[in-house]
Amino acid sequence: MHGKRSGLAPCDFEPVELDTYIGRVPGLEETRVRPDLGAYDCRNNRLAQIGIELDGFAGDVARARDRYGAARVGVFLGTSTSGILETELAYRRRDPKTGALPPDYRYAQTHNTFSVADFVRRYLGLQGPAFVVSSACSSTAKVFGNAARMIAAGVCDAAVVGGVDTLCLTTLYGFHYLELTSRGPCRPFDAERDGLSIGEGAGFALLERVEARPEAGAMLLLGIGESCDAYHMSTPHPDGLGAMSAMRGALATANLVPSDIDYVNLHGTATRTNDAAEDRSVRELFGGGTPCSSTKGATGHLLGAAGITEIIISILAIEHGLMPGSAHTRRVDPALKCNYLIEPRKARVGRVLSNSFGFGGSNCSVVLGAAG
Amino acid sequence: MLAFVEGVGLAGPGLRGWQASRAIFAGKQAYSRAPTAAAASELLPAAERRRAGVPVKLALAAGQEALVMAGRDAAAMATVFASSSGDCDNVHYILEALATTERQISPTRFHNSVHNAAAGYWSIATQCRAPSTSLCCHDASFAAGLLEAMSQVAVAGAPVAFIAYDHPYPEPLNTVRPIHGDFGMAMLLAPQATERAVAALDITFMPQEMESSRTADPGLEALRTGVPAARCLPLLAALARGSRETVILEYVAGTHLRVAVSPCS
Repeated sequence: MHGKRSGLAPCDFEPVELDTYIGRVPGLEETRVRPDLGAYDCRNNRLAQIGIELDGFAGDVARARDRYGAARVGVFLGTSTSGILETELAYRRRDPKTGALPPDYRYAQTHNTFSVADFVRRYLGLQGPAFVVSSACSSTAKVFGNAARMIAAGVCDAAVVGGVDTLCLTTLYGFHYLELTSRGPCRPFDAERDGLSIGEGAGFALLERVEARPEAGAMLLLGIGESCDAYHMSTPHPDGLGAMSAMRGALATANLVPSDIDYVNLHGTATRTNDAAEDRSVRELFGGGTPCSSTKGATGHLLGAAGITEIIISILAIEHGLMPGSAHTRRVDPALKCNYLIEPRKARVGRVLSNSFGFGGSNCSVVLGAAG
Repeated sequence: MLAFVEGVGLAGPGLRGWQASRAIFAGKQAYSRAPTAAAASELLPAAERRRAGVPVKLALAAGQEALVMAGRDAAAMATVFASSSGDCDNVHYILEALATTERQISPTRFHNSVHNAAAGYWSIATQCRAPSTSLCCHDASFAAGLLEAMSQVAVAGAPVAFIAYDHPYPEPLNTVRPIHGDFGMAMLLAPQATERAVAALDITFMPQEMESSRTADPGLEALRTGVPAARCLPLLAALARGSRETVILEYVAGTHLRVAVSPCS
């Protein structure tokens, strides 16, 4: 983020043949899930396992499990396409006579949308409530709301949230035929932006009840707002009405006003329509002064995993006092009026609002801040 | 967690709406299986009505019946949608297309493939911008959706429309994931006992093995075990009988939900 590095590269994901850039996690083809959970082995769950094992996260969850009890820790994860890649490949290996899927194909543990939470819950030895939220590109932001409500209602004391999305043919070809993918690396908010770059990713957070006096620096989920566009299945409302409602909801639940936000991490997919609609709603709400940027030039659009990835980036922005710049953006579209950062900016970041919007007109905004 | 049922909607095999099915659940009328009837909602604009798949029809039919019964405004209502597999016909079509050399999939097919397609069509039909959650928990999707909806009612203190639906895959996926019928169910859950309330539900997460409630009628029992969304049938039967009962729903990996049903007089 300091050096505006980007993980996007020309598409080399077999067997996809498209002239586009992707954000691919190296080595997933050689990774295998833990042997006792071998039935769950698929690209999506492999990436889930890699994510859980990073940064001491599995150890943090184990300590929460010991503290609260396994049945008091929930698992609320998001994904858009789960392990559908397994089925895409299995459809190429159907029995030529009967049409049957190959005998080694496992639906429940790979393709089914619940698979990733089932896998993570077993991997971490948790016995609390669980489900997968799947609302396209807002999924892993929305799970913060589900988990916060479950904790508030007393159903659990802590929850593993976040989720995973991985490269597959459905999204690469789907966005291609929607004419929403760029041929180069995506350029959010650029005057010449021409579409998104698809990436893959996994991210997790452990959410716990806020103590009466949280430790200074403890990261707080201050507010969350959710809304629907009620407009179109794959095109955002041109005035960003749904986005506006989600951002207002997030500020209201945080008991904050727009000027309390130091930086907005935009959804910023680099499609013509998303960036225009989001710019309009952010400008109307924040007045055009609040610094904002999209980090998708660095990561690509991680679809179902975009929410958690950008919430983690927002947390890092607060911890490191760094507002991320926008990799690959050369010149901000003069028609877009919000205070868009191409270059990273070192500054105190107290509170961040992060946007995630998805197909079906599903919007979610999250406000984060550190305890004083 | 406590919530009050103000409305119920239903579209299932031989179950033509909640009002028409109450006598069957109460044991006053025999159940006989017949194909599920669910037309596309007239609330949808013409283009969306053409694009909507069977699962969207099931969800909207059940949802509308529950809201009409509750006398609530759909445009202001938060929603929870639960389904095991979303639009299975549509997924199959995309998978077949991706197995060809052209790999061409239509934009409509692609946007209908998201798990929250029903929620998207619902919000367009009802012009509702309120928060909406679309979730999946494989066979336990109904239980997970009920838990989520009840937590929303408890925390937000506002009513929620909860809609669960499932629809079979065509072959070859039907063999590896059989779903035996089209089924949609909706419940309007409110935080307070209004004059519309028919019953109170008190739900508890039980992290232990228990015996799940069944339905007495063999045909309904086959439906319950055959369709994930139809796991609601023992709860609907308790509501139809209007008696004080405890329903046990199987949830994820050996856990259960205990639902205490108390009729409102």
